[in-house]
Amino acid sequence: MTSAAVTPSPARSAADPADPADPAEKGARGARRGGSRRERLATSVLVLPGVAWLGIFFLAPLAIMAVISLGAVDEHGRVTLLEPSLRNYEEAFRPEYLPAFLKSLYYSIVTTVLCLAIGYPVAYWISRYGGRRKILLLILVMLPFWTSYLIRTYAWMIILRDNGVLNSLLRTLGLIEDPIQILNTDVSVILGMVYGFLPFTILPLFVSIDRLDFSLVHAARDLYASGRDAFLHVTLPLTMPGIVAASLLTFIPALGDFVTPDVLGGADTTTIANIIQVIFTGGRDWPYGSALGFLLMAVTIAGTMLALRNLRREVIGVEA
Amino acid sequence: MTGRASRWLTGFAALIYVFLFAPIVVLIIFSFNDSRRTFVWQGFTLDWYPRLFRNSELLDAFEVTMQVAVIAVIGSTILGTLLGLGLARLRFRGSGAVQTLLLLPMITPEVIMGISLLVFFTQLFGLNGSIGQISLAHITFCISYVAITVRARAANLNPQLEEAARDLGASAVGAFRHVTMPLIAPAVAAGAMLAFALSFDDLIITSFNAGVGSTTLPIAIYSALKFGITPQINAISTIIVASVSVILLIAWRLGAFRNAARSAVGRG
Repeated sequence: MTSAAVTPSPARSAADPADPADPAEKGARGARRGGSRRERLATSVLVLPGVAWLGIFFLAPLAIMAVISLGAVDEHGRVTLLEPSLRNYEEAFRPEYLPAFLKSLYYSIVTTVLCLAIGYPVAYWISRYGGRRKILLLILVMLPFWTSYLIRTYAWMIILRDNGVLNSLLRTLGLIEDPIQILNTDVSVILGMVYGFLPFTILPLFVSIDRLDFSLVHAARDLYASGRDAFLHVTLPLTMPGIVAASLLTFIPALGDFVTPDVLGGADTTTIANIIQVIFTGGRDWPYGSALGFLLMAVTIAGTMLALRNLRREVIGVEA
Repeated sequence: MTGRASRWLTGFAALIYVFLFAPIVVLIIFSFNDSRRTFVWQGFTLDWYPRLFRNSELLDAFEVTMQVAVIAVIGSTILGTLLGLGLARLRFRGSGAVQTLLLLPMITPEVIMGISLLVFFTQLFGLNGSIGQISLAHITFCISYVAITVRARAANLNPQLEEAARDLGASAVGAFRHVTMPLIAPAVAAGAMLAFALSFDDLIITSFNAGVGSTTLPIAIYSALKFGITPQINAISTIIVASVSVILLIAWRLGAFRNAARSAVGRG
């Protein structure tokens, strides 16, 4: 079957934050475009307050941070902008910070991939087999998320430490002789991140899968697509916006997380977020910390843009 | 899908639920542990719970956390719902830019938002940490989540439903009130719940914006972790998990989510 037939535009227009230039959606909105004065009034009532809020409390602080990243600290420890320069950015590329940047990327990528691999089947199962209990199952996924993130991370500390629950269990079962070290390694940090961010992955995936019109999958099967083909050519492309959203919602908090490496990690699990945190809570060289922060932000935005382009290509590829 | 495949899927999902809950179960068990060293089981005790209610630091932190969360939920739900509706229903110049603006707080690492707000409040207003400052920060990072939840739902509604209402003589406001609003209500509730969870749980952004007298529960716990955690922390977490579970289960039993379930599957 041609894949064009299985790409109904409503499923895409709902897809989200990702694709502002969705032609189908524009068409739909255009069709509804009515009396322009009322429309303008509605726009100012609905949209302006939120935009103004984000302008003041999100964009302005970022702008101020950008300005300060060009400054320096005077002898009294105060921020000074008398001689603006890019010195802080040059210093950020000192080789001793490279491992922290790489560590941050490594943790967030591995975490995102694992969360998708685990989250997709679970979201699919809830949507397809949850039946009446769908919402309950979803609440159960969200429940751990209601406990403090820190507490859940701490709980893993109890489980993973050398004389912790897991090692005792393995020893009781006779699987190991001596405790294996899991805490304070990359494994424990990634485990903690996967655990912490899995609900962020499952929710958007569930929304996307649940919105999928499964009669399309049945149609594919009726037309002799194998289960695997129907999944690869119908289910997966149609839920791709959910996958992209889920990836972003997992990747970003993982990239900025300094708590998990701090609590579950050890000496060589320092991420760039750890370094920024120390600078702002201890060192006080805010201009330098701001510069580091901006570099982290740049990596994030680049990743997002890449994902957005991928999304378009996926969607357009399906449509073509 | 064949029966065998679905059994595998069910088994896998069950395993993940165990994974999600194991740490919480461990946490709860150790809240009854008769030892200050929380990771070795020494016997059963209920001591940590009454102590909790004499621990004024934790109680204060809880109060601060709730105050911030309530303000954050109210503020972000109002602003986010309006924005989400506007983006889904209106065509206006710059709507693409607004969508990007909405996306930005979500793609900004928390640590960046935390330090930029810290710099903003300190350098511009000379503030150094208060409940108000934290609340403003929380509203800011919650808006996008509410807006996007509502927008997804509103954009996905069949416009013919509202048109049908109009054809049957409903006014624009009436059609919105009786058709659209009930349909987006689950998304608004979901957005508000998400905002509450985000605010209640936030450590990173809060840690940069908290000051004396505005210590939230996550911050109290984080510092306790540095100075040696006590089972009281396990106890307070147990209480939080238990109360939230009860509230959610009651809401589910009362059918609060039934409409959400039906509208989520889009046939009903």
